[in-house]
Amino acid sequence: MAESGCCPPMDLFRSEPMQLVRLIIPVESSHLTVSYLGDLGFIQFKDLNAEKSPFQRTYATQIKRCGEMARKLRFFREQMKKVDVLPSTVPLERIDIDLDNLEVKLGELEAEMIEVNANNEKLQRSYNELLEYELILQKAGEFFYSAQSDAMAQQRETQELHADEGSIHSPLLLEQEMSTDSSKVVKLGFISGLVPRDKSLAFERILFRATRGNVLLKQGVVGNPVTDPVSGEKVDKNVFVIFYSGERAKTKILKICEAFGANRYPFPDDLGKRGQMITEVSGSISELKATIDVGMLHRDSLLKNISYHYEQWNLLVKKEKSIYHTLNMLSIDVTKKCLVAEGWSPIFASKQVQDALHRAALDSNSQVESIFQVLHTRESPPTYFQTNKFTTAFQEIVDAYGVARYQEANPGVYTIVTFPFLFAVMFGDWGHGICLLLGTLFFLLREKKLSSQKLGDITEMTFGGRYVILLMSLFSIYTGLVYNEFFSVPFELFGRSAYACRDPSCSDSTTAGLIKVRDAYPFGVDPKWHGTRSELPFLNSLKMKMSILLGVAQMNLGIILSYFNAKFFKNSVNVWFQFVPQMLFLNCLFGYLSVLIIVKWCTGSKADLYHLMIYMFLSPTDDLGENQLFAGQKTVQIVFLLLALVAVPWMLLPKPFILKKQFQDRHHGQSYQLLQSTDDSLEVDAHGSHDGHEEFEFSEVFVHQLIHTIEFVLGAVSNTASYLRLWALSLAHSELSTVFYEKVLLLAWGFNNVIILIVGIIVFIFATVGVLLVMETLSAFLHALRLHWVEFQNKFYEGDGYKFHPFSFALMDEEEE
Amino acid sequence: MYGFEALTFNIHGGYLEAIVRGHRSGLLTAADYNNLCQCETLDDIKMHLSATDYGPYLQNEPSPLHTTTIVEKCTLKLVDEYKHMLCQATEPLSTFLEYITYGHMIDNVVLIVTGTLHERDVNELLEKCHPLGMFDSIASLAVAQNMRELYRLVLVDTPLAPYFSECVTSEDLDDMNIEIMRNTLYKAYLEDFYKFCKKLGGATAEIMSDLLAFEADRRAVNITINSIGTELTRDDRRKLYSNFGLLYPYGHEELAVCEDIDQVRAAMEKYPPYQSIFAKISYGESQMLDKAFYEEEVKRLCLAFEQQFHYAVFFAYVRLREQEIRNLMWISECVAQNQKSRVHDSVVFIF
Repeated sequence: MAESGCCPPMDLFRSEPMQLVRLIIPVESSHLTVSYLGDLGFIQFKDLNAEKSPFQRTYATQIKRCGEMARKLRFFREQMKKVDVLPSTVPLERIDIDLDNLEVKLGELEAEMIEVNANNEKLQRSYNELLEYELILQKAGEFFYSAQSDAMAQQRETQELHADEGSIHSPLLLEQEMSTDSSKVVKLGFISGLVPRDKSLAFERILFRATRGNVLLKQGVVGNPVTDPVSGEKVDKNVFVIFYSGERAKTKILKICEAFGANRYPFPDDLGKRGQMITEVSGSISELKATIDVGMLHRDSLLKNISYHYEQWNLLVKKEKSIYHTLNMLSIDVTKKCLVAEGWSPIFASKQVQDALHRAALDSNSQVESIFQVLHTRESPPTYFQTNKFTTAFQEIVDAYGVARYQEANPGVYTIVTFPFLFAVMFGDWGHGICLLLGTLFFLLREKKLSSQKLGDITEMTFGGRYVILLMSLFSIYTGLVYNEFFSVPFELFGRSAYACRDPSCSDSTTAGLIKVRDAYPFGVDPKWHGTRSELPFLNSLKMKMSILLGVAQMNLGIILSYFNAKFFKNSVNVWFQFVPQMLFLNCLFGYLSVLIIVKWCTGSKADLYHLMIYMFLSPTDDLGENQLFAGQKTVQIVFLLLALVAVPWMLLPKPFILKKQFQDRHHGQSYQLLQSTDDSLEVDAHGSHDGHEEFEFSEVFVHQLIHTIEFVLGAVSNTASYLRLWALSLAHSELSTVFYEKVLLLAWGFNNVIILIVGIIVFIFATVGVLLVMETLSAFLHALRLHWVEFQNKFYEGDGYKFHPFSFALMDEEEE
Repeated sequence: MYGFEALTFNIHGGYLEAIVRGHRSGLLTAADYNNLCQCETLDDIKMHLSATDYGPYLQNEPSPLHTTTIVEKCTLKLVDEYKHMLCQATEPLSTFLEYITYGHMIDNVVLIVTGTLHERDVNELLEKCHPLGMFDSIASLAVAQNMRELYRLVLVDTPLAPYFSECVTSEDLDDMNIEIMRNTLYKAYLEDFYKFCKKLGGATAEIMSDLLAFEADRRAVNITINSIGTELTRDDRRKLYSNFGLLYPYGHEELAVCEDIDQVRAAMEKYPPYQSIFAKISYGESQMLDKAFYEEEVKRLCLAFEQQFHYAVFFAYVRLREQEIRNLMWISECVAQNQKSRVHDSVVFIF
């Protein structure tokens, strides 16, 4: 995984060595310097103005300007989205435009944009008003027409009545009445307009209440939604005409109309005028339409123009903003001539950083160069692993638990192999492995394309872990071959089975009576085991023992890593009073068990290992009888048991006392030497011995050690048992796939019916994909995760560091997306 | 029911309680206020607020900012949150949430009616209304000439209708009438809300009755102080006090006859919870009383969050946000008018 060349070897095993650097940058070149450092991306700046609020800092105005420009750019983006102009992704040749020019330019563009929009809006508004007016003229015209024809019909009726009945029966006063009526009648006024349909009911109600029913309201539904001139939205509306009498009623109605957002339009009384109006209105509508189109065209071209530069400007503004944010973190000298920056940087990058400083000084014509200083500090530096696209996902699995303390052994290295392997032990089926492989290959082949676009939540996650899944699938193909399962079906891939029937007449292999005819099957489980009565006991015993072997191996690796940690930090107390007794304890009990398992496999002995282990504790002096695997086993067992017993107080007692003594020594004049040595090793002693001022609380240290010891002793048993999940999940997986294969696919096959077969195949495919490929993958993944986080990492991993977050433009882009 | 809410509360109320507690943690803290008080311009305020929950609401505002814009946007945030909660709520929480807004509705009605009385433009008035107290036909309030019309035309459709039963008169509207109407409505509203909370039972009733009692008492004191020296008779004054709260009924008797602020003080100091409020202000002063009451209210509202499985958190949250918006308005005004020395006069720290 280590790329050779630029980087020192073994770079993943421990964090890069870091240093605290101080840069003293002349004010005139500060902007360029920070910009170059951002390109380089190797310094994590410390905030030296933490107590100042954001707007009290030196470059607050510049940040505000950047924020303002970003707002303008967002405004343009919104406008572009409205008319479907996409910002061009084609990278233009770099036009060097500086921030001030850009600001002016953006301001101009925004002003122009706003003006164009305002004009368009005004036009659009009158256009919509005219459209509404046209509607009114048509609809209300219909009301009047129908009302008139009704009235005519009525009049005709009365006249007919007159004519029929003659003058005798007709009331003599009728004519008189009618004539007086027409003279007396107050002229009815009317108001016409449009009201939103959802409000029309309330509108009618209020009108009725306000005028005590002395109005006539006629409404007509407009078929298509109408664009409201004020809001510019499409609304369903009703055309209304209100007839009223009297001035008071009129003012009330006008107020109500206003309150309901009903647009009123004048409506001509007589028919001829109406026709004239309609033609007038439609004429101006077409005129306005043309004007609006021209305005739109202008806006579109403006936006297109913007879209060419949009991405570039956006990037520039983002960069500038981050530069000023960084500059704000620097403390300014009293003389205001230079800025002082402090930050963490990997040691290997010092050359590059100095180079960048030099270039910046040259390019900005500064008279003084920036000063690069390395500071000595007791603060714990950030942890920095240089990962590539392959190792990142694995490192993230570890980081999700906790970021490694600075320079402690990184479990991520081992996780690259052990994680997919433990997964595969639980997921062993080479058919499923191939499915998984195909899935991840899809991601791998389209890596370039997919990494540049935005993915959904789950796809994103799968894509991020594509290399983890790749290794997981390869390992599951391997373990699948070992288990000899292909969708739970065994194959004779590596030669023929070692077993055969005693005589040719037996057809079913499940019946007893197989004999061994050849050498053992060369690789993996013999296919003949499948379907036999002893299949489960055999596989269970195999997998269970294998789980214990794997678990003990991984836990030993963890303890050995704790040795390397202690060695690296020159902590001999931890080596002698933690590492050694832990090794002894684990290996005397479970290491011994592992050896017994291997011996039993090799010799084919029938010893009962449960019995052996249990009676090793209960009555170590008893005779082993038939469980004896090798000569002198009893003595060995007694020695191991005693060693394990001794290891417990060994872990518990000496360490707190030694720490206490060290602390006291330091406080009796010898502190000089010790303090220096701790300075070098960037002290990692958890018990506060690095800080001379700190109180040494013996009881606390002792309780701490007690907890650790108990945890380890109990953990040795429970963690070993925990590894049995490897067996359990593997069993569950193979049983499930057997069920789907036999109870669905074979059952459907047995009916000899095409439809049932098709249904069976579909159910089989869905069950395989849904349950085995998705759910089982998830659960095996989680269990593998747990085995790493808990069983493996608790042996050595502190995980209380913090990550190195350099100021880098490249990272900034990633975060934005 | 009391004591068993924990069993069933989360079925309907759990999600929203989580939401409202999440919103609460977005309230500005004393550190934020300290920073805000140091701002030099409104842009500084915007910059500071953009790092808080208000960020998305303010980030697209063009730079020469006005106090009104800030307040408007901050209120918009509250309204958005309230609407979201109302959408998700089931009975009886949705009714409870609606009750919270009735106070604003009363204020809006009064605002519009007073505005039309003084012949202001209706649209202008509508902009000033609190968005939480809006209802459909609010604009047609302008049509009404007297209380009876007001009721018959518009308010009969709103939830405020029942509260009106006491003040429907044919008198023409004038300033005094309107103020009396506001207080009568408020009284009816508070009593109704109180009854509703009592009916809900459990921790909601316990906490809400405490909060509402405080509200009622505060209103009683305010009514008394504001009516000193006006033509309001003692009996009329007495009628405006809500019929619950710590002061009910004996405190009300005393308040009803008060002639000046010191008498109010004497009446109130008999009640231990209010003693501390009056202890803070000197004799004869009523300016700082508002702030003292606000501070006490904020303290009580914050305490509502200490208990779980009740609705008072929603009430408390809305009230706290409103207080926060008042604070922001005051700070922005002080900054805009260069009166930074007075910035601490009326800011009530919430945490």
